[in-house]
Amino acid sequence: MPAPIEKLLSAPAELTDNRASKCPVVLMTRIRLARNLANHRFPGRADDSERAEIFARCRDSLATTPGLKRSFSVTMDELDEQQRQLLVERHLVSRELADSKAGAGAIINRDQSISVMVNEEDHLRIQVLRTGFQLKKAWNTIDALDSALESSLNYAFSSKLGYLTACPTNLGTGMRASAMMHLPALVIVGHMEKVVRAVNQLGMVVRGLFGEGSDASGSIFQISNQTTLGETELVIVKRLQSVLKSIVEHELNARDRLLENSPGKLPDKIGRAFGILKHGHLISSSEAMNLLSLVRLGVDLGYFPEEQRLAVDRLFIEAQPGHILHRSGRPELESEERDQLRAEKLRSEFANFTPPNYDSVGLN
Amino acid sequence: MASPLKCDLCDNQATVHLTQIVSQKVHKVDLCEACAQAKGVTDPGGFSLADLLLKASLNPEPSAASGLRCEQCGFVPEEFKKTGRFGCPACYEALTGMIDPMLENMHKGTAHVGKVPEHAMERKQLEDRLTTLETDLKGAIDAERYEDAAKFRDEISQVREEAGMAKATSI
Ligand SMILES: [Zn+2]
Ligand SMILES: [Zn+2]
Repeated sequence: MPAPIEKLLSAPAELTDNRASKCPVVLMTRIRLARNLANHRFPGRADDSERAEIFARCRDSLATTPGLKRSFSVTMDELDEQQRQLLVERHLVSRELADSKAGAGAIINRDQSISVMVNEEDHLRIQVLRTGFQLKKAWNTIDALDSALESSLNYAFSSKLGYLTACPTNLGTGMRASAMMHLPALVIVGHMEKVVRAVNQLGMVVRGLFGEGSDASGSIFQISNQTTLGETELVIVKRLQSVLKSIVEHELNARDRLLENSPGKLPDKIGRAFGILKHGHLISSSEAMNLLSLVRLGVDLGYFPEEQRLAVDRLFIEAQPGHILHRSGRPELESEERDQLRAEKLRSEFANFTPPNYDSVGLN
Repeated sequence: MASPLKCDLCDNQATVHLTQIVSQKVHKVDLCEACAQAKGVTDPGGFSLADLLLKASLNPEPSAASGLRCEQCGFVPEEFKKTGRFGCPACYEALTGMIDPMLENMHKGTAHVGKVPEHAMERKQLEDRLTTLETDLKGAIDAERYEDAAKFRDEISQVREEAGMAKATSI
């Protein structure tokens, strides 16, 4: 394995190691800006040599940008599929970038809170990622980074249409601001559909899986702005902020109502989840997400000590297929082997977990 | 149980069922394990039916698009139908006739009001200024107004210096 990726994997990261800003309901906030260089064809149309030129130019500019010194620079063609999958699972590159080859790469800072994809759909996809609910901070960071980068890169910009992007759905600000939210109570009481409708009306999109009786995705949803042209970045960020706040409130209310109306329901689900994580021998990826989601809810409700939230959030990433495969040190795994290794990892993690204490007072 | 559902994308049995609401409509999708994986459905953040559906609705009006072509990259509107993406930044000017009507339903507005890249704007202003001066210079030479021409030449080298460009050969 090339050294950079191993170094990156072992470095403490914003998502898995930043204890301070962890909170209930909002797992992480993320903002990305789409930018392109003037006088170059978009990555989808550029040939290999133009893509290579674009990559080199962006990498050189990024290397001297404050906040990105000593960052990792990787190209997709120097990684194998397993390593690319690890970056996808860590939210550092998209599936689309992982699947493209010539000139496709990413520059990722030490704590993996900043990742700049080069030659994905656009020449540059700048991403700032923060654990917990930190939309404003994420905006301030990415705004400064973008301005610094712009002094050495000539962005394609039109005063009428804003930042010019390969797909017209990103024109204007080129900004997608989002939060990953954990909404188990809204799923259990069946209110997600209502929430999605309301959020849609405010110009926001909800991504994630729900319905069909099974909460198979761990009740995790991503909420982001749908449109990018015709409003300022701050207006979009503020509206998203208030939408997120009101979803958090709804989720917390749903939890209170559940505890009031059927007091045994949540403790039962959480206790069973803990039991399976501690004693299971075959756990699929989606079952793991689901069980971890319930333990996270248990932390929110005060059944588990707050210190254990960090481990749960880390396992959301480390229980995914690429991470399990990487940990095994083998080139590939049958799906049953993978489920077995996942369960083994979860058993060892949960062996040290404080068991739930249902008498403690919840946070809400 | 009723007969097993088929995957929406291939003929295998569907084992992953999802519901999303996009633009006020409930959409149900049934996928097999393999297709769900391929579509990123198992990655909680990565999947959006909204994107798939939005891309599908991006078909430009055929009448507005006919005969247009971007001189910079050779892009023609038919290609947009296939990919939902343009060829280069200059496409937006070359294909205005097709893009403008499309934007009306896509965004909150049709004009950018957000951040402006200061350096890019400065560079663009200087470039525009140069273009004007070069036209003026050529006009002055053609009309044999040599005093004016000398003045324009001085201004051009001044602007070039400001822009940090190397001196190009004069006309
Ligand atoms: Zn299928
Ligand atoms: Zn073009």
